[in-house]
Amino acid sequence: MSMEWYLVLSALVFSIGAGGILVRRNPLVILLCLELMLNAGNLALVTFARAHGNQDGQIFALIVMVVAACEVAVGLGLIVAIYRRKLPVDVDELRELQG
Amino acid sequence: MAEVFFFLAAIGALAGALGTVALRNPFYSVLALVVHLLSLAALFLLLRAEFVAAAQVIVYVGAVMVLYLFVVAYVGGGADPISRAGSPSLRWASALFAGALFVELTIAVLGSGLSVLSTEGTGWFEGFGTPEQIGQLLLTDFLLAFEVASMLLLVAAVGAVVLARRRTGLEDPREISVGDLMRSGGRDEIGGGEAGTMIEVEGPPGR
Repeated sequence: MSMEWYLVLSALVFSIGAGGILVRRNPLVILLCLELMLNAGNLALVTFARAHGNQDGQIFALIVMVVAACEVAVGLGLIVAIYRRKLPVDVDELRELQG
Repeated sequence: MAEVFFFLAAIGALAGALGTVALRNPFYSVLALVVHLLSLAALFLLLRAEFVAAAQVIVYVGAVMVLYLFVVAYVGGGADPISRAGSPSLRWASALFAGALFVELTIAVLGSGLSVLSTEGTGWFEGFGTPEQIGQLLLTDFLLAFEVASMLLLVAAVGAVVLARRRTGLEDPREISVGDLMRSGGRDEIGGGEAGTMIEVEGPPGR
């Protein structure tokens, strides 16, 4: 398979994730769509690592995984805190900072 | 043969991604993302990234997704119909934006003029992407990134515990500590909000 296929697939998954973030209102699903975008980036990194025969891209992908795990931990902690305060779990209704 | 596996994994990845966005129940969204991540691990194997594929399956599917499932089961979430989201024009604008982003990314990738992209990859050598090679790189060239990542994980773990902690101890007056008494300025009635909220420190809610 030529490398272009992988990169186009990565772009497609990234776009789906971006569209999902714009469309959905549940913060849990928004975090999931964020994961989609990060994974699309990972796929592109690993593809370029293979294309150039250089493993640095794979290290980059691993570090991205670590950062994604951190983001998930903090994001889910926030959602649990929102739920405990009996606030609506809905990003359209959590707009106090908007003024 | 590689083509067959690529298309199988690509279809799985796309179906998982679409399911994550389109399914109404957050629980099913998480399961669709699991399908997506497993297909992506298969693609990583095709790209000779064995260690990254194994880490994807163990760390993402095994740990992060289970965390998601626990939180979805706890929060409940319930059905969140997409049709309710914003106005129809906003949804069309979102879809248009996603399509434009895809076209732009594709043009940027295919128009980059990198001759290596139309090949099947160059420079492969024995042991490419094995744990041995990755570990050697992580502990030599990328030691700083490795250590910073471990530090970041520690900070995130502590932060998640602080954020999601249950604040209790104010329902029973006998359990009020000296620190709470001093902070409340000796008021007779301490609390007023429900335990587990920040309101309990400030008194009855004002809104």
